[in-house]
Amino acid sequence: MFKPIFFSTMLVLPMVSFAQTAEEKGLQIAKDADAYDQGFVDFTANMLMILKNKKGDESKRVIRIRTLEVEGDGDKSMSIFDEPADVKGTAMLTYSHGLKPDDQWLYLPAIKRVKRINSRNKSGPFMGSEFAFEDLGSQEVEKYSYKYLRDEPCGEIQCYVIERIPAYKFSGYTRQHVWLDKQAYRMIKVDFYDRKNELMKTLQASDYQQYLDHYWRPGKMEMVNHLNGKSTTLEWSDYRFKTGLQDRDFRSQTLKRVR
Amino acid sequence: MSRLMVFCVLGLCFSSVQAWKYSGNVAAELQWFPKSALFDGQMDENLTFSFQPKTSHEWNNRNDLFSMELFFRLDDKDENRQHADIRELKWLHVSGDNEWRLGIDTVFWGVTESQHLVDVINQTDRVEGFDGEDKLGQPMLHYTRILDDGVFHAFLLAGFREPEFRSLDGRLRFPLPVDADRSIYQSSDEEKHLDVALRYKHFFGDSEIGLSLFKGTNRDPLLIAHQSQSILIPYYEQMSQFGLDLQTISGNWIWKLEAIYRDVDSGSFSAATGGFEYTFYGIVDSAVDMGTLVEYSVDDRSENTAVLDNDLFAGLRFAFNDVQSSEVLAGFIFDIENDSNSLRVESSRRLGDEWKVTAELQLFNQIDEADPLFAFSQDDFLLIELARYF
Repeated sequence: MFKPIFFSTMLVLPMVSFAQTAEEKGLQIAKDADAYDQGFVDFTANMLMILKNKKGDESKRVIRIRTLEVEGDGDKSMSIFDEPADVKGTAMLTYSHGLKPDDQWLYLPAIKRVKRINSRNKSGPFMGSEFAFEDLGSQEVEKYSYKYLRDEPCGEIQCYVIERIPAYKFSGYTRQHVWLDKQAYRMIKVDFYDRKNELMKTLQASDYQQYLDHYWRPGKMEMVNHLNGKSTTLEWSDYRFKTGLQDRDFRSQTLKRVR
Repeated sequence: MSRLMVFCVLGLCFSSVQAWKYSGNVAAELQWFPKSALFDGQMDENLTFSFQPKTSHEWNNRNDLFSMELFFRLDDKDENRQHADIRELKWLHVSGDNEWRLGIDTVFWGVTESQHLVDVINQTDRVEGFDGEDKLGQPMLHYTRILDDGVFHAFLLAGFREPEFRSLDGRLRFPLPVDADRSIYQSSDEEKHLDVALRYKHFFGDSEIGLSLFKGTNRDPLLIAHQSQSILIPYYEQMSQFGLDLQTISGNWIWKLEAIYRDVDSGSFSAATGGFEYTFYGIVDSAVDMGTLVEYSVDDRSENTAVLDNDLFAGLRFAFNDVQSSEVLAGFIFDIENDSNSLRVESSRRLGDEWKVTAELQLFNQIDEADPLFAFSQDDFLLIELARYF
């Protein structure tokens, strides 16, 4: 009499552990992706940003990036502008945080002043580009809630497609769809939906290279704005990891001497 | 390899990684005064040129830095405005949490927008911008100690930079010519007096507080009328100044306060400026940010001496966040006692990747005869500058 029940429980138990909800699975993928990229310690890279308008006119920015990994919080990063010439020598220091506004300072060489800047508006454009500050900030797990949508081939590889909803109150997006490759959690593509829930922008990352036999970084990122026809391309070069950067290299007190 | 070693003997490695960097700009500036001049012979428009080259070099793993910045102004009409200055010529050495700077440098202290009370290290370049933001380079030894939640500075300021004043042909000048060659100093060391300054800045959360002390030659001269000739003679007193500056960020708000007590023989006084900037982000569904600024200034001195003695400043700042980094800042200053008021608009925009156009509009709407700005009351101007950066 009892046997059928016993057997049915046996059958159900493994089913339960598989019956992860789409939300749980999405969160798990985000956590795994985050865990995969941990331990890079620091990196430096050069970024060439090319802004293109509808007519095809181009404008260029050249920025050097130094990033320090911070355990348990967003990363610290320094951006030093080499072009355009009128902002040469400008340095921006950012302590990114998950759900609080970032801490941000700007050194303006023309007036030789360090200004603490109000960074609540992470949805604003970065240097007039199609990248918002929040698109370039470090991607902490708690910045979004997640939902696994499906598996899908992306080029020659297989991707997870997950939906993530910004938890930050002042985000410029209602949701994002992210294509992450199943092998090494490389971000291949992101669709951004604006506050009206319309598809606003698509980001595509390519030319990935592996550093220190583990960490993958894209050589190229292209953001296309579907609403205004503009696009911005980032070309990354000279990635170096574990360069010996210290916490002391990321202090507002010494921003003035950053070159 | 051996070549690299030879070049590195003096600690200066001229490899491609640690190259000298050059930058700067060349600019043409057109200033136009639409109202007829208050004094005979004053110009109505003026085309001038400036050149501002900069260079820097880092070595010793970024622990040593040499930097230089020069400034040249060519002006046919105002001979006093034709000048050159070393804004910066210094060596910086970093050793752990200690920084040493030796040479000529420009230092800024403070937080408020409408005036800079606390900022007293550098002399104002009085023949450059009307807003007083341009400074003359100051020779100094500057020690900095970086602390976990703060930063401490000590300055030895060697040599006083005597400013030039606008010539008789220039606009924005005092009613009588200023004879800078006959300057008088309170100290017998005159312009060789060694000034000292200390500053401590502390950070806590979203706030920062700065305390400062300056002892030495007052950068602001008293202009004394000569007994027999119609000229003004600058008199430079010794002063001790205590300064406080405070800034706190909270959501869209930035709160700012600067206060000073200045001890001088001609009459010690206190002054303060305080207010806020509140920013509306992405107004009317655009990328444009609009900041609203309000600051109130109070000064113990009389309305004849202090420009901002009991004045309200209200401003709007637009950051267009576009490819050209277009910006507009408009500020209105209103004297509550004598109703004098003036409006100033500054805007700039990049053209292509190397050019930048700047426009400035200054209107003295109504200036009371008792106000120190009265001599400028006919000097409304529009200034347009086109600069090529490199």
